[in-house]
Amino acid sequence: MIRVEGLEAAQGDFALRGTFDVPRGRRVAVAGPSGAGKSTLLGVLGGYIPAVAGKILIDGVDVTAAAPDARGIAMLFQDGNLFPHLSVAQNVGLGLRPSLRLSGAELERVQEALTHVGLSDLAGRKPGALSGGQQSRAALARVLLQGAPVLLLDEPFAALGPALRAEMLALTSEVVTESGATMMMVTHAPLEVAEMVDDLIFVDAGDVAPPAPAATVLADPPPALRAYLGG
Amino acid sequence: MARSAQPVSATPGIVAATFIVAAVLAAFLAIGSRVEGTTGLRAAEWQAVRFTVAQAFFSALISVVPAVPVARALARRRVPGHALLVTLLGAPFILPVIVAVLGLLAIFGRNGWLNVGLGAVGLPEVSIYGAHGVVLAHVFFNMPLATRLILQGWQAIPAEQFRLIAQLGLPPSVVFRTVEWPMLRQVVPGAFALIFVICLTSFAVALTLGGGPRATTIELAIFQAFRFDFDLGRAAVLSLLQLAVAGGAALIALWVLPPLVVQRGQDRLPQRWDARGVGLRVLDAAWIAFAAGFLLLPLASVVIAGLGGLMDMPSVVWRSAWTSVWVAALSTGLLVALALPLTAWLAQVRHGGMESVTLLGLAASPLMLGTGWFILIFPFVNPASLALPITASVNALMALPFAVRILLPPMRQVMTDYGRLSAGLGLRGWPFWRIVLLPRLRPPLGFAAGLAAALSVGDLGVVALFADPDVATLPLQMYRLLGSYRTDAAAGAALLLLALALGMFWICDRWGRHRDPG
Repeated sequence: MIRVEGLEAAQGDFALRGTFDVPRGRRVAVAGPSGAGKSTLLGVLGGYIPAVAGKILIDGVDVTAAAPDARGIAMLFQDGNLFPHLSVAQNVGLGLRPSLRLSGAELERVQEALTHVGLSDLAGRKPGALSGGQQSRAALARVLLQGAPVLLLDEPFAALGPALRAEMLALTSEVVTESGATMMMVTHAPLEVAEMVDDLIFVDAGDVAPPAPAATVLADPPPALRAYLGG
Repeated sequence: MARSAQPVSATPGIVAATFIVAAVLAAFLAIGSRVEGTTGLRAAEWQAVRFTVAQAFFSALISVVPAVPVARALARRRVPGHALLVTLLGAPFILPVIVAVLGLLAIFGRNGWLNVGLGAVGLPEVSIYGAHGVVLAHVFFNMPLATRLILQGWQAIPAEQFRLIAQLGLPPSVVFRTVEWPMLRQVVPGAFALIFVICLTSFAVALTLGGGPRATTIELAIFQAFRFDFDLGRAAVLSLLQLAVAGGAALIALWVLPPLVVQRGQDRLPQRWDARGVGLRVLDAAWIAFAAGFLLLPLASVVIAGLGGLMDMPSVVWRSAWTSVWVAALSTGLLVALALPLTAWLAQVRHGGMESVTLLGLAASPLMLGTGWFILIFPFVNPASLALPITASVNALMALPFAVRILLPPMRQVMTDYGRLSAGLGLRGWPFWRIVLLPRLRPPLGFAAGLAAALSVGDLGVVALFADPDVATLPLQMYRLLGSYRTDAAAGAALLLLALALGMFWICDRWGRHRDPG
């Protein structure tokens, strides 16, 4: 589970505050206006932006000061999730070993993960030779191998078309179910992900509201969220 | 506080920086320890300072002034071989000085094409030796550089502006006033300053074409004090003068220096609709022809004379060529070993300013370093036995400012683009170097290594200070052949040296641009 206590972070003039828990295995959408602090929140949880105050615990371990790779967190960003000079298989293999010196058994696991996301034929290609959807699949295959208890998604599918995005969300859902990971996902379209998440965290002007059941919140949004959603 | 997610340890970079500072400081202190024995500055020293500054000033001026119309012609005309010509403008940078001097002698020397032509019509011959020869050689090297820098300025003018100019039908004079002059005012002082600083530490040109009280640079005066008089005290005083002049100028120039862009004669000219008059076309063509001739004729003469001389080369030339190759390889290796950790460290420190460490290499001239190190080591070992390792080290230090300027921007870019992803995957230290940094940096690294190799293989500097008659790099061997009037053998050696410099550059650059399929 993710536990956040009295967390404060700053980026220039912008300040982020929040206290909340996400129970193990829950899927949470993070929604809110542009510039409200959604990406900052995930950046702080992931270890890319330092916390000024407060604590972050993953499965009971304080990771507030840990390096990004030592938090039990896998994260996908809006872009730049793959190294363009490495093959798809190498990019995925990095999820197992940052040294890329993989044993035979590990190479098999890479191939399995690629098969799982439907890229078994493209293992030797470079990301540049892949479509946007295939690149997302490769990144998800790596997440699968990382086996981290927490998965953070900072709008990794934002650049895809609606149909492809739905496909990727379904695949993500599958990956998360399989690994039993706790997932937090930034989204600009809460309604689009309503069916695949349990809860929704609303971030507004740096204030992180605790998660509330998505179905309930979206059926009767509080005023700020209503204004954001429009209509 | 989250631990800062720096993928590369700062320690190797700090070690490299310390090594560089220590190498320069050691030379400086050694020189300082020798200064007291002398009786201050004599007229000859002041003469050397005056000549150094004056020739650098005129070299920069005469390089920059014609570069403006040449760059303008290249910017607004498409001539056959345009891309090749722009690429060739980069060639003098890696051209061994002594090869260029030989080429210039073939055109402007006593029996050169120019004097033969002048003699045929009964005009008196011109001499290439002396102050104007030094300036001529510097212009040969630096006018192409100035042209490229100014051409970059022209290419940076947005194409939309020229569209607007065409739409309004503005005459060339108005285009010049409103668009071109403001650009020139920004670019030209930087080009001038860069060339001025480069020419301040000129040695090989002054050694071959200058000399005598009226054409001796400080750098050459150090060599003469050292080599002819073995007056270490005077060499030390001159070294301090050199440091003050070149270091001071380098610091001043730092503010106006243009960025060094890795430009490979890319041919993206904006479409131009202005300057359509026949007169302007002829004028532009004339400028391009002048620049191409000035650049290509000496090179052509080196190739032609060299082909004839290849058969006349004594075996000692081949031996010194081999020496040069491994000195250059050693120097390039050392440069890469210093530049990579140094730039990785610089790319990660927030505050700038540390970059100036590398400028020590520019401010400290080769002969000053050589003098200093000589003073340090000669009580213990015969300096001649260390001539080649020292030459390789000094060459690496001289190439360092260029390497850092080439590597630092892409290094920063890699850290920005892939730092987050790498941190998330636990890529740091050696795996980060191996899997992310080196593959991404391969093109600029190959280019920087190529420059270093070419500069080193063609260098005629410290090696002249240290070497005894048994040891020589190819440029030094060429200089000795010229000194003993073995012109044919020297011409052959020049062609060999030209091939080595271009070949080593090409191999490194080619390695950098290699792409595996997929």
